[in-house]
Amino acid sequence: MSAQTFQPIDPRPAPVKTEGIVAWIRINLFGDWITGLMTVVIGAILLATIPQLLSWALFRASWIPDFDACRVEGVGACWGVVAEKYRIILFGRYPFEEQWRPLIATGLMLGLLIASCMRAFWKSWLVILWVAVLAAFFLLMYGNTMGLTKVETDRWGGLPLTILLASLSMVMAFPIAMVVALGRRSTLPAIRTFCTIYVELIRGVPLISVLFMASFMFPLFMPQGFSIDVLIRVLVGITLFAAAYMAEVIRGGLQAIPKGQLEAAATLGLSYWQTQVKIVLPQALAMVVPSIMNNFIGLFKDTSLVTIVSLYELTGALSLALNSDANWRPFKIEGYLFIAMIYFIFCFSMSRYSIWVEKQVNKGKQR
Amino acid sequence: MTQKSPPKKKNWSWRSQAFRGLIYQIIAIGLVALGAWWLASNTLHNMQVRGIQSGFDFLKGPAGFDIGESLFPFESSQPYWQAFLVGLANTLRVAIIGIILTTILGTLLGIGRFSRNALVRGVCYAYVEFFRNVPVLLQLLMWYLLFTEVLPAAADAWTLGPLFLSKGGLSFPIPIWEAGHLWGVIGLLAGAALAFIYRRWSFKQFEATGKLRSMFWVPLALFVVTGVLGWFAGGGPAQFEFPVKGDFSIEKGGSLTPEFLSVLLGLTVYTAAFVAEVVRAGISSVARGQGEAASALGLNQGQTMQLVMLPQALRVIIPPMTNQFLNLTKNSSLAVAIGYPDVVSIANTALNQTGRAVECIAIVMLVYLTTSLTTSLLMNWYNTRSAIKER
Repeated sequence: MSAQTFQPIDPRPAPVKTEGIVAWIRINLFGDWITGLMTVVIGAILLATIPQLLSWALFRASWIPDFDACRVEGVGACWGVVAEKYRIILFGRYPFEEQWRPLIATGLMLGLLIASCMRAFWKSWLVILWVAVLAAFFLLMYGNTMGLTKVETDRWGGLPLTILLASLSMVMAFPIAMVVALGRRSTLPAIRTFCTIYVELIRGVPLISVLFMASFMFPLFMPQGFSIDVLIRVLVGITLFAAAYMAEVIRGGLQAIPKGQLEAAATLGLSYWQTQVKIVLPQALAMVVPSIMNNFIGLFKDTSLVTIVSLYELTGALSLALNSDANWRPFKIEGYLFIAMIYFIFCFSMSRYSIWVEKQVNKGKQR
Repeated sequence: MTQKSPPKKKNWSWRSQAFRGLIYQIIAIGLVALGAWWLASNTLHNMQVRGIQSGFDFLKGPAGFDIGESLFPFESSQPYWQAFLVGLANTLRVAIIGIILTTILGTLLGIGRFSRNALVRGVCYAYVEFFRNVPVLLQLLMWYLLFTEVLPAAADAWTLGPLFLSKGGLSFPIPIWEAGHLWGVIGLLAGAALAFIYRRWSFKQFEATGKLRSMFWVPLALFVVTGVLGWFAGGGPAQFEFPVKGDFSIEKGGSLTPEFLSVLLGLTVYTAAFVAEVVRAGISSVARGQGEAASALGLNQGQTMQLVMLPQALRVIIPPMTNQFLNLTKNSSLAVAIGYPDVVSIANTALNQTGRAVECIAIVMLVYLTTSLTTSLLMNWYNTRSAIKER
């Protein structure tokens, strides 16, 4: 019997790496042959277009406010149009020397909006802050006091108008929406019918017809000799429109409240309004905050429609700035891209915020 | 022993909930009626004072304006109601084609978010985020600007085979209608009937014997083959009218105006971003175990998708998808901003010419309400079909 010496076999090869950049590329870009093929095709398209786009938008672009420089052969985007016209684009027909006023007003509103998004500010005095800032906004924009000259609302325009229309109509729509949402779930048939008709009627027609109504029919509705400013009329129109959509969102939240909550409240002897205010609404509203944010994003984009009833918010102000100026009109596409970027920054950051809120709201459920 | 319900008591006291409810409702009805009466009386009074005529009789008078594009011939001497019909047809045309294109593009983008390829995922994500966050009106204006400024004039249009793309729009060859085509159509209809009968038969066979027959390819083949047979029976006419490059414009052939193209493209591209999100949410709502269980049962990938994943995802997808279709239809009203003669644009012109604001806006609202309600009804019907069958 020969003594068998211990012969180690070859070690097994190390497992394929699944971490690190190289592994990520291998798995995500060249996983199998179809994936690899797609990577090659899409990569080729991107490589062909992106450098061209970059060169047009950045490297070959003209940045100085001089339209002759833009007409030179081979020059890319003409951002000079923005450099030249940014004050009309941002502030519309507001008197040129007074434009520091909309600037401060916009800053105040933006600060307020950002503050309202932060947890540290979710206190009862936020309401007072809103009232104060809105008052300051109107005071600054309208003037006629404290040595400020009077500026009629038909000269307001640009970014402040966009922000004002979106945030004010949202704030005003909120209480209406809450009442209508409760009304749609009411046991009283007449009230339920009215609320349902209102919501379905508004949701069935486009915003633009509501705006036409606000601008053409509203004057007919009012008693004679009683005229309302076009800005207010449009605000009322957008508010009624937004309220219908928001009511549906809130109703969704109300429906998600388990029946046991209502029964428990009834057992404790709470009245209808006590039940709604103390038990149902706090839970329902917390649940629908992300959807309300999405509503707000939609509303922010929809304010661009008021340009069709001749209010010069961001989109309208751009046409105002360029349509009358034959020198700059050929570079309208750059102007559009500029305001598209403004809208994008606002909407994108709001949608990121709404995702964050959703996570906060759902924290209790993820244990 | 039968339980007796307690005797109903009429309680005319403020403490009775039913009585209070009644009072609240009476107050609500009274307030609404009062408000309606106030608005109506104000309106009538204002109209009288300003000398505005009311009523829908203006619809019979001659319109007096031309319409850039219409599905059927229209002249300015024709009455207003026909102008409104042209507008309605234009709205429906852009909405229906838009809904079809949006569904296809949006579904592809939504599925693309689950691709194993990181580039595909990235491109779909970037698309959705960009187009979702810029107002649709701005996008329409940008498309229109692209079509009217960047494209070459008709004289040196971009040519791709028989297609011409220029400031005048897109021109393409159209088949010349002959009697033989009618036979083709009859063949297609017969094929559709045959395919339907075959499907029902094979489904019955499947339920009786458990043998799976083709439910898609054979009916499709039936449909196509009978169509082609009918076409041959009619003599197989294949005459096309080709577009020709003229001096100032491209003549003959079929054409789509830049207005139509920008409305269609703008709406499709915008809404597809939302549809993609809807599809993504729907697919990710199906529990992972479902797919794994399906492969454990030995279903192949196609069957897993068709029999397990899609039916469950569709339940989540359909209601928000309906909303997106309605949004697209309603957003088509923005065509007024770039001069596509949809129903809003026609109403706007009519309003400016006749001054009958109430009537024109009422017509627009009525049109959109009917389309919205019809779409909702159709989609609700489809939704109940695909909902969970609870027994």
